[in-house]
Amino acid sequence: MSKQLYLSSSPHIHSGDSTSKVMRAVLYSLLPACAVAVYFFGPAALTVLLIATLGCLATEVVCQRLMGQPVTVADGSAAITGVLLALNLPPSSPWWLTLLGAVIAIAIGKQVYGGLGSNPFNPALVARVVLLISFPVQMTTWSSPIPFGSGLDLVTTATPLGEWKNAVMLTGQMPPDLQSGMVDYFLGNMAGCVGEVSALALLLGAGYLFYKRILTWHIPATYVGTVVLFSSVFWLVNPDKYPNPLFHLLTGGLVLGAFYMATDMVTTPVSTKGMLFFGVGCGVLTVLIRLFGGYPEGVSFAILLMNAATPLIDRYTRPETFGTSRQGARS
Amino acid sequence: MPAEFVVPMAQHIGAPAVASVEVGQSVSKGQEIGAAKGFVSVPVHAPTSGEVVAVESRPHPWGTSLPAVVIKPDGEDSWSTDLQPGDPGSLTVDEIVEKVRLAGVVGMGGAAFPAHVKMSPPPEKKISTLIFNGVECEPYLTADHRMMLEEPERVLQGVALLQYVFGAERVVIGIEANKPDAIALLEKESAGAPVEILPLQVKYPQGAEKQLIAAVTGREVPSGGLPMDISVAVHNISTAAAVADAVLFGRPLIERVCTVTGPAIREPKNLRIRIGTPLSHLVEVCGGVTEDPGKIVLGGPMMGFTQLDFNVPAIRGTSGLLLLRDEDVDRQEEGPCIRCSRCVQACPMHLLPTTIAAYSRRDLLAEASDYCAMDCIECGSCSYVCPATIPLVQAIRYGKAAILAKKRSS
Repeated sequence: MSKQLYLSSSPHIHSGDSTSKVMRAVLYSLLPACAVAVYFFGPAALTVLLIATLGCLATEVVCQRLMGQPVTVADGSAAITGVLLALNLPPSSPWWLTLLGAVIAIAIGKQVYGGLGSNPFNPALVARVVLLISFPVQMTTWSSPIPFGSGLDLVTTATPLGEWKNAVMLTGQMPPDLQSGMVDYFLGNMAGCVGEVSALALLLGAGYLFYKRILTWHIPATYVGTVVLFSSVFWLVNPDKYPNPLFHLLTGGLVLGAFYMATDMVTTPVSTKGMLFFGVGCGVLTVLIRLFGGYPEGVSFAILLMNAATPLIDRYTRPETFGTSRQGARS
Repeated sequence: MPAEFVVPMAQHIGAPAVASVEVGQSVSKGQEIGAAKGFVSVPVHAPTSGEVVAVESRPHPWGTSLPAVVIKPDGEDSWSTDLQPGDPGSLTVDEIVEKVRLAGVVGMGGAAFPAHVKMSPPPEKKISTLIFNGVECEPYLTADHRMMLEEPERVLQGVALLQYVFGAERVVIGIEANKPDAIALLEKESAGAPVEILPLQVKYPQGAEKQLIAAVTGREVPSGGLPMDISVAVHNISTAAAVADAVLFGRPLIERVCTVTGPAIREPKNLRIRIGTPLSHLVEVCGGVTEDPGKIVLGGPMMGFTQLDFNVPAIRGTSGLLLLRDEDVDRQEEGPCIRCSRCVQACPMHLLPTTIAAYSRRDLLAEASDYCAMDCIECGSCSYVCPATIPLVQAIRYGKAAILAKKRSS
C-alpha cells in the first residue's frame, strides 16, 4: 500500500451534515418572506434586505480581520443575521439606520463574544432593540403595503398592534373594525416590519425547516400556544378592550419571532424540557408587554429576556441521565 | 488457509493468557496454546494443527505489539481430543460453566468479556430475564444476522444451555425488525421452547447492552451499575452458539463469523474465520481491494478501531473488517458548537455530549464527571450527527480515561 492511511478514533463515518448546510437551509426558508416583502413594500424592502445582509457580511469580515482570526463569513451565519435583521426593520428604514443595525448586530451582538456559537443574545434582535430605543421615530414609522407595480408611493400608517395600543390609551376601547381583516393579516397585507407581515410566507419557510429537521416543534408550539392561551384569558374577560388570540397571532412579529428568532440554536436551551420552558416564557412575556407595556410589540424584548435566562434554564433542565431516573433504579 | 496463524494471547477483557507451548512443538486443532491467568481470563487455542514457529510479540489490532503464538499449519487440520463433548442432561451448572471457561468463550459482540464470568453472578444476584442480542451492533455488520440464518439450531442450543445455567424465567431473543427472515426462522425453530422472539425497532445503538435491556424490559440499568443489578443478563446470539459448541461438542472458540465489507472491498462477504487469520488473507478471500483503502477499520464504523495495515490477525472480538475509500473518510474541518442540540437528541444515555466534551478538552474533569461523563457508552452517535464535526465522543473518551486515571492514582 503506497498511499497514506488515515488513523483515527471512532466513529469513522459522519452524517455529512455541516453548519453551512444548516445555515443555507435557513436562508432558503426565508426566501418566501423576502419575496412577499418585496411584493408589498417594493424597492424599499429590497434596499433594506440588501443593505442589512451586505452590511452584516462586511462587518463580520472586518471584525475577524481586525482580530486576526480566520474569516468564516462563508459559513452563512452572518448572512442569516443580515436577512433576519432586515425582516425586523420597518420597510422605510433609511440606509444609515439599516447599516448601523448590521454593524451592531455582528460587532456587538456576535463578534465581541467570540463569534458564532458564543453570543448569548440573538444578534439581529440586539440590533433591532438598540435601534428601537435609540431611533424611536424612524423605527416606528410604518408604511401601508402597496401592491407591486401599482406605481404608488409608500404611505405612512400604523401597525395593527400600534393602532390598538393608541386607541386603548386614548379611549380604553378597541377600534371597532380592527379585527375584521384577518385574511389580509394572514397574507401579509398590513403595515409592519419588512418580513413579519406575512404569516403565510413565514409558515411556508418554517415547513421546509421542519421537513429538513432543522426546526423542532418545541419552541414555536409552546411560544404560539402560550400566546394564544394567555391572550384568550384577557379577551374572554373584556373582549371590548383586549384583542382576540388570532389577532395576536397574525399581527406583529409573533410568527417571525416564534419560528425564526426564538429558535436560534445558539441562544436557546439545548434540552427538550428547556426549550419548552423557553417557549412558554417567551409567550407570557410577549402578551404582557403587548397588553401592558409601553411598546405595542413585545416579541423582540420577550425573546431577548429569555435569551438571558437560557443558561439558567439549561442548568435546571439537564436531561435525566439514563439509569438515574426512579423508574430505572427501581428493581 | 493462510500460510501462518498469529494467535495473540490477549483477545479478551481481563488478564491476557500466557503462552503454554514452545517453538518447534506441534499442536493439534483446538489444543490449548495459552493458559488463562486468573478468574477474569480465558485460555487460547490453536486454530488448526501444525507447528509452533514463533512465540513472540506481533502487531495486534489494539494498536501495539503483544505476545502471540505463531502456528504454521500442517494441512491436516486434525482435532485435539483434550475437550470432550458433554451430555446436557447429566451436566451440573458448574460443569457447564467450567466447560465454557476451558473453551475460551468470550462475548462475541465485540467487547470479548469472558463468558464464564458473566455466567457466574454472585448468588444474591438472581437473574430473572435472560436476553439474547440478535441486534446487529453497528451499521455495515451483518455477522449476527448470518449466524441466526445459518445456524439457528446451534444458537438455540446455546440459548437453552444458558437458560438452564441462569434459571431465568423469561428468555428473550431481541432481533431488529428489519430482519424478518431471521425472526421467522428462529420463531419456527424455537416453537414449543420457552423462548420469546422479540422484533425491535431498527435504530443505532439498539444493540448496546443498556439500550437493548431498556427496549426489552422497559427498565434502565442504574447509572454505574450492571445488568444483574436489575436481574438481567445479556448474551450475544453468537456467544450462545459458542457456548453450545463448547458444552455439547467440546469445541473451543477458534472460529467466528466476520463481516468483511466497505466500499473499498471487491466482494463483501460474511466469512467464517479462524481466530489468528491475518487480515491480508481475509481481503484476499474477498477478491482484494478496489483501490487503496483510506481507512482500515476492525469492527464497525461507529466503534471500531483503525489499523495501520493488513498485517494484524483477526481475534475473537473481530466482528467486522471495514475498508473505507479515501473519499469516505470525513476530513471536514471542525467548527464552533452552534448549540444545535443534535448530540443531545441523539445521545442514547441522555447526556449533554457537547458540554461533557468541552469540559474534557479543558481538563475540567470534576465538571465532566458531574455531567455524567462516565455514563457515556461511546457509541459515537454525537460525533456522527454533529454538523460542526466536533470530535465529541473522542473528547469524552479522553475525559473518561483521565477521570479513571485520576481515580486510580488517588
